[in-house]
Amino acid sequence: MAERQKIDARGAFCPGPLMELIAALKLASIGDEVDVWSSDKGSASDIPAWCAKVGHSVVEASEHDGYWSVVVRKAK
Amino acid sequence: MSKTILIVGGGLAGTIVANGICRQMGAELRSGALNITMLGTSETHMYQPGLLYIPFGRMREAELFRDQRKVLDKRVNFFVDPAKAIDVEKNQVTTEAGRTFKYDYMVLATGSRIMPQTIPGMKEGGHWFYDLDGARKLRTALNEFKGGKIVINVNAPHKCPVAPLEVAFMLHDYLKAKGLWDKAELTYTYPIGRLHALEPVAHWAKPEFEKLGIKYETFFNTESVDPQAKTIKSMEGSELPYDLLITIPPHQGAQVIDDSGLGKGGWVPTNTKTLHREGSANVFVVGDTTNIPISKAGSTAHFEADVTIDNLVSLCQENTFAREYDGKVFCFVETGLGSGTYVWFNYTTPPNPGPPSQMIHWFKLAYNRLYWLSARGLL
Ligand SMILES: Cc1cc2nc3c(=O)[nH]c(=O)nc-3n(C[C@H](O)[C@H](O)[C@H](O)COP(=O)(O)OP(=O)(O)OC[C@H]3O[C@@H](n4cnc5c(N)ncnc54)[C@H](O)[C@@H]3O)c2cc1C
Repeated sequence: MAERQKIDARGAFCPGPLMELIAALKLASIGDEVDVWSSDKGSASDIPAWCAKVGHSVVEASEHDGYWSVVVRKAK
Repeated sequence: MSKTILIVGGGLAGTIVANGICRQMGAELRSGALNITMLGTSETHMYQPGLLYIPFGRMREAELFRDQRKVLDKRVNFFVDPAKAIDVEKNQVTTEAGRTFKYDYMVLATGSRIMPQTIPGMKEGGHWFYDLDGARKLRTALNEFKGGKIVINVNAPHKCPVAPLEVAFMLHDYLKAKGLWDKAELTYTYPIGRLHALEPVAHWAKPEFEKLGIKYETFFNTESVDPQAKTIKSMEGSELPYDLLITIPPHQGAQVIDDSGLGKGGWVPTNTKTLHREGSANVFVVGDTTNIPISKAGSTAHFEADVTIDNLVSLCQENTFAREYDGKVFCFVETGLGSGTYVWFNYTTPPNPGPPSQMIHWFKLAYNRLYWLSARGLL
């Protein structure tokens, strides 16, 4: 069964949302999803850019009150 | 009735917690109302930050170790008997030797470890300095190095976010001093789109790298290493040749955490402020093994341990909670063999490092000695 894990990386200056996502995907199975919350706008664009490079899919990206949520599905 | 605090892990965080509670609860320990037990893996305590200096011959191995029983307050019951199964429903831990320890409160402080075996070829083709054996092998490799391509390869997640940059600067100074810098080509790879997770540190490091002639490649997450061809490949599709590969392998938490169903990869889901294990009111998590999205560093372990000491003492004495962790992290950054800077931040204050200076480098060297005082709870 595919799982969805949430990482609340709001206000996380180091290692930051993208690094948390990379670490979480290493432990995930193919098809699992990781929902990363970030209060930094840069990550909201870095995460989809990195996923495009590596081949994971962004299934949802949304802006909320003061933070961004990006849901990534592990593709390989 | 006597209460038991069980601390699993005798590294930095566990040791500070144990000593801190002893200092504040002398009366209860004397009367037998409280007992503190620690489970560890070794009679010796290793100063991990010192590993960075071993490959460059700047610290001797013996300087890294102290007898754990001397670092610990004598009132702590210390067992070199690793936890094998942790049962948070039954409030008990069973050990490798088959003992069972019951607890009223438990502190999980089992740290993190390198896992080069999770990347094909990395164990065979790479060098590292994140454990003693690796640091020794890297010292030999550097002694034998006559020139060629060196890749410093950083993987996520890893503890001590500054060590990779530090090793790059120190390696530059080391090779320069040996007259080998002109025969070497140093490339640094990093998982995200800049040279360091902390934006201001990355901004500072980039021109420093360019000034020194250190090459870099960002968005580089290792897929595999080919020890025969001496190449390293990234998930992003690039490939680098190397003569010497110095890697910071990806980390995981302790096996016992995973085996006990307390967190995938050994990372324990932890409340970011109270440091409770999610779902347990009597289990606290400190140091590298939390899943809190902040730096896995000695200073984090120290600040978390201080909060946990106050909370455990308040809970034992007055059944109240004392205070919350504010996410504070402090790091010294070595910017060469003779200069350094520092940076701090918390959940709400962004980092802002000052300019490097020789004085800060001396502070860091002094801190290397002060570590033992801080583990004893005297700092
Ligand atoms: C090369 C290097 C350089 C570093 N430099 C710095 C620096 O400059 N500044 C900084 O702040 N931090 C630095 N760090 C990081 C710092 O050492 C760690 O973040 C810190 O030690 C974390 O403390 P901890 O108590 O969580 O884990 P540790 O100190 O690693 O302790 C965990 C303990 O738990 C034990 N354990 C594991 N499994 C079990 C079990 N089943 N039962 C019982 N015990 C168990 C382990 O043996 C270990 O003793 C560096 C680390 C390295 C490797």
